[in-house]
Amino acid sequence: MSTATHDTKREAPAEPTTPVGKAADYLDQRTTIGVLVKEFARKVFPDHWSFMLGEIALFSFVVLIASGFFLTMFFEPSMALTTYEGEHPANMHGQLMSVAFSSTLEMSFEVRGGLLMRQIHHWSALIFMASIVVHMMRVFFTGAFRKPREINWIVGILLMILGLGAGFTGYSLPDDVLSGNGLRITDGVVKSIPLIGSPLSYFIFGGEFPGHHIVPRLFTLHIFVIPGLLLALIALHLFLMVLQKHTQYPGGGRTDKNVVGYPAAPVYVAKMTGNFFIIAGVLTLMGATMSINNVWNYGPFDPSPVSAGAQPDWYMLFLEGSLRLMPGQGTEWVIFGYTLPLNVLVPAVVIPGILFTFLIVYPFLEARVTGDKREHHVLDRPRNKPARTGLGVGFLAAFIILALAGSNDLIATHFGLSINSITWVFRILFFVGPVFAYYITKRICLGLQRKDRELVLHGHESGRIVRFANGEYIEVHTPLDEQERWLRVNYEAPAPLEIAPKTDARGVKRKGYASDKRWQGLSRFFYEDRVAPVSPAEVEAAHSHGEHDQLDGSERQAVEAGAGSTSREH
Amino acid sequence: MTQKLKHSQRDEDIFVKALAARRHHRLAPVVLLLLALLTTGGIYAALAPSTAKAETVSTADIETGKKLFQANCATCHGPDAEGTDGVPSLVGVGAAAVDFQVSTGRMPMQMTGPQAQAKPAQFNEEQTAALAGYVASLGAGPAIPTDEQVDPALGDASNGMALFRTNCAMCHNAVGAGGALSEGKFAPALWETSPRNIYQAMLTGPQSMPVFNDANITPDEKRDIVSFLVEQREGSAGGNALGALGPVSEGLWAFAIGLGLLIGAAVWIGAKSS
Amino acid sequence: MSENQNPPADTSREVTVAPEAGTVVGPAERFTDPGVPEHKHRLTDTDPRAAKRAERTVTFLFVLSVLGTIGSIVAYIMVPPDGTTSGVRLSTLLLGLGLAVSLLGIGVAGIHWAKSLMGDREMVQERHPLASSDETRADAVRDLNDGLQDSGVVGRRGVLKGAFFGALALFPLAIAVPLIGSVGGDWNISKFKHTMWKNGTRLAIDPSGRPIKASDVTVGSVFHVIPETTEEFRETHEWITEKSKAVVLMVRLNPEDLRTDQSPEGETWSHEGIVAYSKICTHVGCPVALYEQQTHHLLCPCHQSTFDIADSAKVVFGPANRRLPQLPITVDDEGYLVAQDDFAEPIGPSFWERLK
Repeated sequence: MSTATHDTKREAPAEPTTPVGKAADYLDQRTTIGVLVKEFARKVFPDHWSFMLGEIALFSFVVLIASGFFLTMFFEPSMALTTYEGEHPANMHGQLMSVAFSSTLEMSFEVRGGLLMRQIHHWSALIFMASIVVHMMRVFFTGAFRKPREINWIVGILLMILGLGAGFTGYSLPDDVLSGNGLRITDGVVKSIPLIGSPLSYFIFGGEFPGHHIVPRLFTLHIFVIPGLLLALIALHLFLMVLQKHTQYPGGGRTDKNVVGYPAAPVYVAKMTGNFFIIAGVLTLMGATMSINNVWNYGPFDPSPVSAGAQPDWYMLFLEGSLRLMPGQGTEWVIFGYTLPLNVLVPAVVIPGILFTFLIVYPFLEARVTGDKREHHVLDRPRNKPARTGLGVGFLAAFIILALAGSNDLIATHFGLSINSITWVFRILFFVGPVFAYYITKRICLGLQRKDRELVLHGHESGRIVRFANGEYIEVHTPLDEQERWLRVNYEAPAPLEIAPKTDARGVKRKGYASDKRWQGLSRFFYEDRVAPVSPAEVEAAHSHGEHDQLDGSERQAVEAGAGSTSREH
Repeated sequence: MTQKLKHSQRDEDIFVKALAARRHHRLAPVVLLLLALLTTGGIYAALAPSTAKAETVSTADIETGKKLFQANCATCHGPDAEGTDGVPSLVGVGAAAVDFQVSTGRMPMQMTGPQAQAKPAQFNEEQTAALAGYVASLGAGPAIPTDEQVDPALGDASNGMALFRTNCAMCHNAVGAGGALSEGKFAPALWETSPRNIYQAMLTGPQSMPVFNDANITPDEKRDIVSFLVEQREGSAGGNALGALGPVSEGLWAFAIGLGLLIGAAVWIGAKSS
Repeated sequence: MSENQNPPADTSREVTVAPEAGTVVGPAERFTDPGVPEHKHRLTDTDPRAAKRAERTVTFLFVLSVLGTIGSIVAYIMVPPDGTTSGVRLSTLLLGLGLAVSLLGIGVAGIHWAKSLMGDREMVQERHPLASSDETRADAVRDLNDGLQDSGVVGRRGVLKGAFFGALALFPLAIAVPLIGSVGGDWNISKFKHTMWKNGTRLAIDPSGRPIKASDVTVGSVFHVIPETTEEFRETHEWITEKSKAVVLMVRLNPEDLRTDQSPEGETWSHEGIVAYSKICTHVGCPVALYEQQTHHLLCPCHQSTFDIADSAKVVFGPANRRLPQLPITVDDEGYLVAQDDFAEPIGPSFWERLK
């Protein structure tokens, strides 16, 4: 189609003869679409599997909309009470429940394919959030958030937060016991907010919990407000991606000034379309074979029961874990007769606040401590930014520890442990784990960088041992080909910020010195330990040092920048 | 249905738990005294309505039971089943408690721990019946329910669901997958527990489990609960039930299967073909 | 495609990278970019038979997809869910497998087609700096300034400006006030502090609603309790809201075992070892229902707050800070358990005005 349009445009004076050509001509005369097609058809996109993580999120969103549309045909967002007349499932027959719950049962047991669509929808939601998180990890660890993509990083974070909102409003809709208890916890968290907590709870529920307004309100949010915002932000996300052109991994010929990859038409379009069908197919397969959120197991909402294993969907588990870990003793303060329940506020509001703030602020923080104002389009290998990679892994460790803490009862039953001991272990791990993860990761990165230096300087071990006339044995090393060498030397190892001295030439104290000093401290935290890339001179030196061009010398010059903290092992 | 008990189907036993957890506690004697009172007075009162249908056990069987008891149980529970230091008396616990404990393999206990674990039963049906008959002869207590009392076909699963989620689901999970209690104790999964044992557990409140007497949950209601639990064994309408554990296992499967397959596909798509 | 504006890949290999301006490295200290790696031909490029084979595979996959679609529709017609668990499972499985094959067939075919038969030569395109040129910026600033001057907003007409921004800022109130004003219902948040328990209300079993006699509560049993009301009331929304605050967990301990309860000096809130506590957690409001008979501990399955029923329901573990409020109970003339009064303090999670 696009090629046809292309051709039509080239042969503008001639009358188009083919039907496609005619249609293209018709459109172009009214919309100038030829310009767009010309711009996009051969636009180059770099190819790498990790660039498709965002695609998984995008296409599971498409599946969510398609399956969600199906569900809205049968779901009734009403909390009016009714007695379930259906014979199946047998454990629900004759029970009093909301219309929302009974319509969920009917769509599952009486509508052909209804349960399939429900399950596809729910699995897609889990995969949507999972792929967003993994996509964010890819962006973070490769430094794709750097200038000019800081804005798109923030758009991405907003998308993730909206995704959390979409999930939460969605799984609360069937009005079952499990999600009802989730809403109740939400109510408890909202009430803990100082000053406005109680009115806010009334605002959300239209009166006291649970009232009979919450399901219709969540429904409007779930099928209109949140998807609308998601769509708008996804459009902005993709627009910025196309405008700024995709980043690319380092490699021969790939620079900050070009983009190397495959043209949109036909290769990229074909792969993207194919990937959409694969994603939709896998989600369908999951919906067909694996049950999810069987609400008739939990029953219609009733404020009295709760089941063991009362947990939210996985992306909310970190909040659940954070609530579970906080010790309650002495953490509820009464100030002038007003109650401040820190045992709820800290885990449910402050900790997620810190996690999200870290994500939002990070690109600006890193740019500031690096003193970096350039555009970046070539990605970093994670090992080449040890502090960043360490911080990212530390952040993930905190997130995972909280999520595990949110599953502590299942860990207890499945591994035969005491839930109280597990809670204590996680309480300590929450503080120690991330620091440990940061440190270990950073050391691994520095080690990998040294390995890279080693390879560039001395080549790969060939396994071939040579004996010299004087009896010395030596292993032959094969030098790297220029592509591999380029991959391992093409990076920067920035030094900590230099700042102007405390006093100027006349000995007058400089304003802003204290602030500069703090930034420098932070910059040292990032870049104090670093391993510089090998220069050609060093390779030269290494080779001349050895007795044979391809042979390794017994001593090597350790040429490393930094405060002498890194000495290389032999 | 007799018990082919698997490892997962473990339960609690009130008496031995006391032995294990309270041994070093200074309040241990008080607790034990209370436990003894609890088991005698409490269960007797609880079971008053249903003791009418006590199974007729011959004197000979009681004699056999006594011998078995002296050989296998008396070390802990004392020669007259009146309990020893840290081990509860069995006078008045009734045949139902003995049948539950012995047929699920929890008794005789193998080792101390947070709670007595289910294991393959050590005695056959006749021996178990003899033991139960002997203990029942020591003092009135809840009798073993009849087959009709525990017939799932006669129960109302819908009412059973309503009762189960109010009284049981907080420990045993929504459809009986089990769950954690404090300090390493747990409520076992109920997938393979026999209807009779389910009924007996409600009636006698083994270990951490509270007693649900017939005033609280009537015999008919107990059968409804049995009916609901047996219905759950059909599995989920949606496909593989994934352990019926709820959102955590769903999340794990979403990552392991879903994201695993999709990332695998992405790697294939991104790889250059040869 | 020859008209493409991009340089073909071959020429791009000559592209080299100059060291970034700003980094203090001499030219000799950096390696030079070797350029885009040599293009390697695929088997399908060189071997027409392999290409033919790939084509056949792709065609087969598309046909498979069609079969999947047909299978799904056949399943829809032939295997209606009969409502039973196994029936719904079969219908879901067949419909889903058909659809999955239909989708995966297209997907895998498309990818295989793209990978084996479409061009796989990497192309290089130039990036252009994202910032607009200096002239464009100057023009834009000038245009904006012109516009501002033209509107007369800048510099003068302070009253006009004030009125303009004032009107803009205020008009949303006309929508927000009625919306927010009504959205919270009656806003009477003092309701948080009361439940429907009052003097003489009988304790009844949840969910059946049977009132409970004290003699029915044996030591070691646990009762999930609701206030006795009419059957009709228990089928309304008001009931669900009231029940959310009123649910109670009742346990009988041996009187000697009950160390303390919450009754003040000179009063008795329990009845012969029977104690009733609010079931709503003081942490974030889950129903705390997991009672361990031997330890007398009450555990919340949501966040594992643990309360000691034998010791006035004080917190022994977990995130809750306050003990569960006790419902004062006694027996009436017929021996039924009744409440003496409402809870003495607000039940459930803490809120700002709790003690006011």
